[in-house]
Amino acid sequence: MYAIQVEGLSKNYHSAKSGKYAGLGKPSASPDQVDGVTFDVHQGEIFGIIGPDGAGKTTLFRILTTLLVPDSGTAKVDGYDVVTELKDIRQRVGYMPGKFSLYQDMTVEENLNFFATVFNTTVEENYELVKDIYQQIEPFKTRRAGKLSGGMKQKLALSCALIHKPSVLFLDEPTTGVDPVSRKEFWGMLRKLKEQGITILVSTPYMDEAFLCDRIALIQDGIFLQIDSPQGIIDQFAQTLWAVRSNNMSKLLRDLRAHPAVDTCFAFGDVHHVTLSNDSYTIAELHDYLAQLGHSTIEVHVIKAGIEDCYMQLARRVDPHSNNH
Amino acid sequence: MNLYQQFIRGSQFWAFVKKEFRHIMRDNRTVLILLGMPIVEIILFGFAITTEVNNSKLAILDPSNDKATLHIVREMEASKYFNVVKIIHSTSEIATVFNRGEVDMVIIFGNDFNEKLNHTGGAQIQLVADATNPNVAVTLNNYASSIILQYQMELMMQQKVPYQIKPEIKLLYNPSMKSSFNFVPGVMGMILMLICAMMTSISIVREKETGTMEVLLVSPMKPLNIIIAKAVPYLVLSFVNLVTILLLSVFVLHVPVAGSIFSLTLVSIIFILVSLCLGLLISTISDTQVAAMLISGMALMMPVMLLSGMMFPVENMPKPLQVISHLIPAKWYIMAVKKIMIEGLPLKYALKEIGVLCLMAVVLIGISLKKFKIRLE
Repeated sequence: MYAIQVEGLSKNYHSAKSGKYAGLGKPSASPDQVDGVTFDVHQGEIFGIIGPDGAGKTTLFRILTTLLVPDSGTAKVDGYDVVTELKDIRQRVGYMPGKFSLYQDMTVEENLNFFATVFNTTVEENYELVKDIYQQIEPFKTRRAGKLSGGMKQKLALSCALIHKPSVLFLDEPTTGVDPVSRKEFWGMLRKLKEQGITILVSTPYMDEAFLCDRIALIQDGIFLQIDSPQGIIDQFAQTLWAVRSNNMSKLLRDLRAHPAVDTCFAFGDVHHVTLSNDSYTIAELHDYLAQLGHSTIEVHVIKAGIEDCYMQLARRVDPHSNNH
Repeated sequence: MNLYQQFIRGSQFWAFVKKEFRHIMRDNRTVLILLGMPIVEIILFGFAITTEVNNSKLAILDPSNDKATLHIVREMEASKYFNVVKIIHSTSEIATVFNRGEVDMVIIFGNDFNEKLNHTGGAQIQLVADATNPNVAVTLNNYASSIILQYQMELMMQQKVPYQIKPEIKLLYNPSMKSSFNFVPGVMGMILMLICAMMTSISIVREKETGTMEVLLVSPMKPLNIIIAKAVPYLVLSFVNLVTILLLSVFVLHVPVAGSIFSLTLVSIIFILVSLCLGLLISTISDTQVAAMLISGMALMMPVMLLSGMMFPVENMPKPLQVISHLIPAKWYIMAVKKIMIEGLPLKYALKEIGVLCLMAVVLIGISLKKFKIRLE
């Protein structure tokens, strides 16, 4: 049983001025055709849409919540079509837009009560569902929403999106602009909601949040690079990944990229992640090459690939000009 | 319909209306604009911006200085229009006092005024007014002439002249020529238009701007009902304003409501509906509160002030402007209010205006419904 079924969905904001495509989907190789996105979300699954800003995440969410009509393709939420059966969908989904969308001039309590009433329910009726989240902000219930901290706003917004016990919950970048502790708490809450049988579609620009989802889709420039479980995506990373460090990191990046055997090289915090086109190349050989170029305190070791490595590699495969060199 | 009534009774709708009132009441600026604007405008238009001329400075050149001239000067002084500030003694001084801006008008009596008046009937009096502001000069002239005429009349009565032709000018509806009779309907039109159209459009656009509209659209609440619920508080406030304006005009400006309150209310309701629809239209074409405010200000307030006949008579405008003025709802409303409230005519005399307003309401509701979006675009 699928909670969300999407097939060939696209929605473009073609800017005549720049000739660029923005939104969801991408012009395909054959003329006048657009490649859309296709995916399914199982009932009771946490499905993550992961990608940078401007990749089309919000457009996708708005189509699925019936706020936009797609250019092509079909989408069903809980079995209802997003274009023709919008009333049914609006009865049963919860939506939390990326922008903080509560009434800043109303108190925490007033916001929650208002949204409960708009969704034809009462706070008491579904209190169990939001209890864990709401209890944390309840001490501030007479405070105006505009005066809450980022994390508390997020909790309030989630409570408001949940108060009518939706079957599918759409969370558009819920953790953007939230501190790391609150982010962790927030994901804990999502796991609890999953236990209640609620399907959650969540988007995030943070790659490290991928592992908190059951399955993820990596999105870039309006198309899905890959859909799999986080582990599945990592397991597909076939090449050996090396972490390299030296005393001069910026020179190191240039030197590594200049090396004929180096396939990709990206800066990852305090190390560079490197893949080689020739797997027979050894750590010692690379070490010698760098020492020759004047690097000292060179460290090279093999590491396990993360989601971000996979993303970079997949993105490069689709559009070789966008990254590296 | 049944379903709809159910909805109206339902808590969802009233929760929304309550929320809307909270937005209004918690923003001091909005409260001030909504409730203070009618008071300020009535007072401004009623007292400050007025075509009446009071306490004009008057100089007298009176070589006769007899019974008749003294009587006239006393009458002038007694009226609220003039203050005698200077007595001059020669014609050469006239130019000086005007140049110095000491006076607005000089009254010059002829020699032997009383004697000539009684015997030859050829007494002379000259009124000299500063016509840099022609309206003021003409008004002053009329005031002074009427005082002199009145004295003449008195004389005739005393002498018991059997036959006399007495020209009588009667000013209908506004016997004291008070400008507030013209401004009160105008201010009513302007305030109701502004409150309904501007505030409604701003409050809808604010939800778009803050992103709350997204959440509201993805809810079981019907989009149309969201809009209706948003309009209700402004409808209520418009009524509060209507009552405020009427109370102020009756008790402060002494402009009575000559016609029936019921008819006045009916016309106002139709006009409010037209304004609400205009606000809704504005909200569909603007994405930011600032844009909504500018559009309301430019597209509604300016034409209402200039083309509705509130300040300048439409009859004197060039033809193209007159044609444009027909499209302004406030013009028809102001005309209807003048008929019902000032002239005290029954409703049937304002049927044309009401008809035009109804037509506008129907057309605007049609366009609004058509343009209204149940999605984001």
